[in-house]
Amino acid sequence: MHDSGRRRFMTGTAGLTFGIASGTLGGMSGSNGIAHAQPRSRETGRVPPAVTMNPWVTLATDGTVTIMSPACEMGQGSLTSLPLILADEMDVEWAKVRIVHAPPNDALYGNPRLGGVMYTAGSLAVTGYFTMMRQFGAQVRWVLVDNAARHLGVPVDALTTQPGRVLHVASGRSLGYGEIAEFAVIPARAPEIPLEPLDKVRFRLIGRDVGRIDVPDKVRGAPVYSIDVQRPGMVYGAILREPVEGAAPLKIDDRAARAIEGVLDVVRLKYGVGVVADAPWAAFKAKQALQVEWERKATGWGFSNDKGFESFAAIARDPSRQGVAWEQEGNARSALQKATNVFEREYRADYAYHAQMEPLNSVADVSPKGDACEIWCGTQSQTFAVAAVADALGIPVANVKLNDMMIGGAFGRRGNRDTEFIVDAALLSRAVGKPVKVMWTREDDVKNGRFRPLYVNRLRAGLDANGRITAMHHKVVCDRVLPFADPVRAKAAKGRDNIAMRGTEIPSYDIADRLSEGIHPDTGIRTAPLRAIGVGQNCFANECFIDEIAAERKLDPVAYRVAMLAKQPRAQHVVREVARMARWEQRARLQEQGRALGVAYIDYTGSHVAAIAEISVDRASGEVKVHRFWCTIDCGVAVQPDNVVAQTESSIVYGLGLALTEQITIADGRVVQANFYDYRVPRMSDMPELIIKVIPTPNHPTGAGQMATPLVAPAISNAFAQLTGVRLRQQPMLAERVRTALRS
Amino acid sequence: MSEKIAVMLTVNGESRTVRALPDTPLLWVLREDLKLTGTRFGCGVGQCGACTVHIDGQPNYACLNPISAMQGRVVTTIEGLSPDASHPLQRAWIAEQVPQCGYCQSGQIMRAAGLLKEKSRPSRDEIVTYMQPNICRCGTYARIVRAIERALKEG
Repeated sequence: MHDSGRRRFMTGTAGLTFGIASGTLGGMSGSNGIAHAQPRSRETGRVPPAVTMNPWVTLATDGTVTIMSPACEMGQGSLTSLPLILADEMDVEWAKVRIVHAPPNDALYGNPRLGGVMYTAGSLAVTGYFTMMRQFGAQVRWVLVDNAARHLGVPVDALTTQPGRVLHVASGRSLGYGEIAEFAVIPARAPEIPLEPLDKVRFRLIGRDVGRIDVPDKVRGAPVYSIDVQRPGMVYGAILREPVEGAAPLKIDDRAARAIEGVLDVVRLKYGVGVVADAPWAAFKAKQALQVEWERKATGWGFSNDKGFESFAAIARDPSRQGVAWEQEGNARSALQKATNVFEREYRADYAYHAQMEPLNSVADVSPKGDACEIWCGTQSQTFAVAAVADALGIPVANVKLNDMMIGGAFGRRGNRDTEFIVDAALLSRAVGKPVKVMWTREDDVKNGRFRPLYVNRLRAGLDANGRITAMHHKVVCDRVLPFADPVRAKAAKGRDNIAMRGTEIPSYDIADRLSEGIHPDTGIRTAPLRAIGVGQNCFANECFIDEIAAERKLDPVAYRVAMLAKQPRAQHVVREVARMARWEQRARLQEQGRALGVAYIDYTGSHVAAIAEISVDRASGEVKVHRFWCTIDCGVAVQPDNVVAQTESSIVYGLGLALTEQITIADGRVVQANFYDYRVPRMSDMPELIIKVIPTPNHPTGAGQMATPLVAPAISNAFAQLTGVRLRQQPMLAERVRTALRS
Repeated sequence: MSEKIAVMLTVNGESRTVRALPDTPLLWVLREDLKLTGTRFGCGVGQCGACTVHIDGQPNYACLNPISAMQGRVVTTIEGLSPDASHPLQRAWIAEQVPQCGYCQSGQIMRAAGLLKEKSRPSRDEIVTYMQPNICRCGTYARIVRAIERALKEG
């Protein structure tokens, strides 16, 4: 893939011409009007003159290249990967690259895969920006070569580049990028540069691990998350939020709260009560001392998981209740009516919580007149954060200045359109006329959580005499997610709730007649996308269901899947390879040692991923132990292969918690759990040995941030059935559920 | 408990005097008064280890120790672990590319530093047991173990 030699443009590029505008040497801002944070020179300590090449790139005369990163950094590594794609096409030395966060501007920096909005979600950063970043990088390189050609008095196609230099091989002359910056004339609009196809291109940085740029700071406690922000005169806020969405405070007794030293104010909000103090501890204590009576009108009051399962299952089993179609191929309903043999099963999942390590928080500073606001926050959408604050304060979006900070984990929790945890600080800052840092405690973060919904999945398959699936119907009943998380997108989606439904589709399996449909009651419970969104449960249902069919027909679950993937060579490859790595053929021997293997596969928005879990069970306690976990992933071009491994490790560990121990329960509309002592996430002793293989292919990259998460639960359930003959059909597979299942 | 007191303690080798409500956890004094924000708030109840610092040389939860009990105590935070981030664990953490979101990593490193003080050759099981109090939601556990093993080897 790599080439240490010189880089040429593709044939045909030489004829391209630019409309010449004016150079902008010395200016920190280009024609787009954005101030670029230009770094100081390492050698001189001064800020060298720089030229804005395009909205993405600034080139300093010392050769330093500053690149905008449009995605938020929440641990997934986009802050490195996205600028690196551009740097590769620009042909620049990685050591010369500085990276800055792009300011909120959808027109320039929006993700084309997410409706042109600056929104980091769905493992869509690299896949959404890949071609765009290549193009902008290629354009900058072209502009540099074009300038060098005129400067040297040679034709453009006599020139090549090496990282950071333009070369004229014939005469032995060359110019560094920084030298070109001294005289570069920048076109107002660069032409579209033909990009080399992925099976031909020789990347220099893509595919080679350069190390994440945020890592050195993160080992010395240095990166600044919004919770670390301090402003002159800043005070601290805490919010007692309505226990059920839409329940406003009715009566507030704040006498005890106000008696605490350091408490400055108590502020009534539509959705709760805010306290402001001169120290965090005083704010937390005052919040706890509040006595509040809440309105009982909201939808969620009275709801519980049990009630949810009962009513959702009734809907799922009632054929007269048809939902909104998500995936429809052929005619599954009529095919199932005609099928001689119909297989039917039901799967469930409880609510699940994000549990990002940094509890939600933000800092806001509203101007004395109340007409402007500066915010510091960790958000998955720069666009939403600014809009929500502007809306809450009744001021124009242009008057909200965003500082988007490093994020201590998000997993979907920080991408809701109302960004309520940022609005909190804006409202309290306006109330007290000072900069305010609002911090949620862990208990607030759990109790005010927005969860992966409660699910009942009902699946039916029509089978032929050989056990082949001829038709499949997947009916989902779960809480609405999109209308709560993002009413704007929900309106456009016309009832198709992609957060709830994604993963019910099975594009790779060769089944002619397929239907998935969703019904999404409004229970009043707060929901949100959560790592792997609906795929986390819908893939669990699909992959357990397929395994159950294979088991009933006494077919090998790996061979069964490989046969169904006949038209998908990439899919077949990841399944075969993971089976080889895990010694699937020798699994009978494992069984003698009280262990078993289970397999699962997914096509997750184009990434092909397969996994095998090796488990045992302690029959007395009901605890399932995962000993080893193999995973193969083909996500096309692996921009940073070690980071793809890291993200796959991460998504497996996340899936492990969701599969086995993580459960949110609702009683009378309120969240029962409070902290890590009753919401059990994986710890070090829960770790299986992880054996991961990235299989890069010259296809457009399709994402890696959450692709293995949905495979963990079905791989475990499938192994458990293999081991015990008993099928676990509900996430999480809690120890007490396992004990009950083994007894029955 | 609702009036502030003055407490003198040593933080990263410097003597500091702070004023706070007596039950204020050390965590908030470090972060907001002394501006040492590398020590993180994760749970407030000693369940996640994000706030791990050394108190009198031992790993401890900054969120569980009230400032009233800190008079004369010696505290080391991630900022004081090494003058230039060159502690063997910090170098190993970079070599193994451990951090993802990074939020818990100060606590992970401070806890691992406690292990290295106690044992020169811990087994893998001993590493796992020792690190058990610290949660990493990004699931970097496998790399944490590798980094600790590397630091033990490379010193």
